[in-house]
Amino acid sequence: MRWLLLKDLQILRRSPLQSTLLVAWPVSIAILVGLAISGTPDKPRVALLNEVPGDARVTVGTRQLPRIGVEERICARVECLLVESRGEADEAVRSGDALAALVLPADLVDRINSLSTPSPTTPQVEVIVNEEDPVRARLVNDRIDALLAQANLVIGRRIASEGGRFLGLVLDGGEIEVLGQTVEILGLRRAARILERVRSRLPAGELRDSVDTGIRFTKLARDNLDTAVPLLRRLSQPIAVEKRVVEGASPPLESFAIAVAATFTLAFVVVLLVAGSLALEREENAFPRLTRGLVSPAGLLGEKVALGAAVGLVVTLLMLAGLAFFVPLHWSRFGLWLVAILAGAGALGAAGAALGAAAREVRAVSLLAFMVTLPVALLSLVPSGAVGVAADDAIGVVTALFPFKPALRAMTGALDPAGPGLGPALLHLAALAGAYGLLARVALRRFGSV
Amino acid sequence: MLEARELVKRFGEREALRGVDFEAAAGELVAVIGPNGAGKTTLLSILAGISAVDGGEVHVPEGEVGWVPQQAALYRRLTVEENLLLFARLERHPDPHASAAEMLELTGLADRREEIVARLSGGNQQRINIAIGLLARPSVLLLDEPSVGLDPRQRARLWEFVSGLVSEAGTTVIFSTHDIQEAERYGGRLLVLADGEALFDGSPDELREAVRREAREAADQDFETAFVAFLHHRGH
Repeated sequence: MRWLLLKDLQILRRSPLQSTLLVAWPVSIAILVGLAISGTPDKPRVALLNEVPGDARVTVGTRQLPRIGVEERICARVECLLVESRGEADEAVRSGDALAALVLPADLVDRINSLSTPSPTTPQVEVIVNEEDPVRARLVNDRIDALLAQANLVIGRRIASEGGRFLGLVLDGGEIEVLGQTVEILGLRRAARILERVRSRLPAGELRDSVDTGIRFTKLARDNLDTAVPLLRRLSQPIAVEKRVVEGASPPLESFAIAVAATFTLAFVVVLLVAGSLALEREENAFPRLTRGLVSPAGLLGEKVALGAAVGLVVTLLMLAGLAFFVPLHWSRFGLWLVAILAGAGALGAAGAALGAAAREVRAVSLLAFMVTLPVALLSLVPSGAVGVAADDAIGVVTALFPFKPALRAMTGALDPAGPGLGPALLHLAALAGAYGLLARVALRRFGSV
Repeated sequence: MLEARELVKRFGEREALRGVDFEAAAGELVAVIGPNGAGKTTLLSILAGISAVDGGEVHVPEGEVGWVPQQAALYRRLTVEENLLLFARLERHPDPHASAAEMLELTGLADRREEIVARLSGGNQQRINIAIGLLARPSVLLLDEPSVGLDPRQRARLWEFVSGLVSEAGTTVIFSTHDIQEAERYGGRLLVLADGEALFDGSPDELREAVRREAREAADQDFETAFVAFLHHRGH
């Protein structure tokens, strides 16, 4: 087997395009993923045109709320690109400088204030987006929805807080500023105390009965308004969230992204190399000569899988080493990396051998390898529960039948201590390696024929 | 003695060989001739052990059976020497370098040992193809249309080389060809196949005699015309 392995490596060395691709692929993937992980801005860039006058205040009743600081709040959540006009905002979005533009019109606060008047108008903000790219459009919509929800929440809290303060005044009394004048509010409690004092000095009769009715009303009003205060507070955030993790902890997104990049690299290199080099034996007419007693078909398959595993290991490690320049890796887990890469390469190599034996011609094999590997790899990245039940089940079956997903799980587990356990993934890979090895062996029966 | 008895081979509904009997003694040079689809390659691949028979049996003598397929079975991205070394190693030769050097001398390609095979002419590729078949030092050598694509000079050199194997090493050589003149010139014995049947087994002179008996009008024609007339007379 070692002489065949040497021969395949010699052939690989003599194919400059293939060799260059094998080196260029992991290096470029490492650089792209590294840049994506390390250089992604935490906040999306949004052009902001704030036309609201600086002294505009939201008012509740006759009282002006303190300045909310909408611009500061927005700019705390997104990277603001402050613009002076709608034309500038349009251009920023069109050119891609900003993901979207948010225009706070001059009448925004007036419209908010009109909500507490008999003729309310709906406050509106203007969002300018470029929907040329549907994924980008979806991202922008989600961000804008989140921003608006935040803004509504802030305003709701302020209104609830002010409402609570007014209720407090009604209940307990106090002072309030109205048109620059301080007005004393009596409050229900104090009114009740006054009434009780008056009552004690009144003789029994019609007048005392009337005062009793007044006292009962103030008590009833107090009790009911007391329950309204906490209700008003809850109104700003009616539902609280308590998060409970039922299984494990997910690895950081960076680790998952590295595992995805490494598994993509491993899958494409191993599947294409094994399938292609097996098909090459047929194209060179060497298969019948080799299997006439020089090497068994199973031995030839083993050699191809070993070739794929060896090259896949080197290329994947090269990619991980490249990534280490951008993000810190757990080098202490290097042994587990090797186990995950070799197990993944074994199963992927067996799948490549089955494809190579089935398609038989190098060009057809390359096409088939891409047609199988790419969609399965992409489907493997669809989170469970993100699609309908039937689609979820179908994706689960398809991705379980190809070694990409278990290889990804093994890689994630090997790269990060918070990743999934290696054991089940390795067992899955072993089962797939056996099954694809068997399929490849069966397909080799017709390999030599035309 | 190599012997094949009542060989039957089917590809689906089609019978590629129908009860073919054949034998070849040590040091014989046998040409298998016949029109396209006669079963020549099928017969050789069965004798080589590549294809299984559906009926009949094959007995091969002690020692290796060398097989040289019609299309060169070698690695075009390796050099001449790397190809020979690879197969010598796979054959588990005690000294693969010596075996490769011997074959390089035998094929006259010693001065081109470092060249990538893909850059060689079809004739030279065929010489390496045959050299690989000879690496096992077979007692029987099977050549499937070995001279296809060779120019007359390369062809002459090939047959000189093959004749040397027969006369000097006592190797049994069985080759298939479409070239009737070549079969007449180099084949000590001819096996004529058509539609999977063995129509004739004997020397070129005996074939001419058969033509004289069965297709008298073509008896004085050249060997190829006489052969075609013979096939026509036999209903092929």
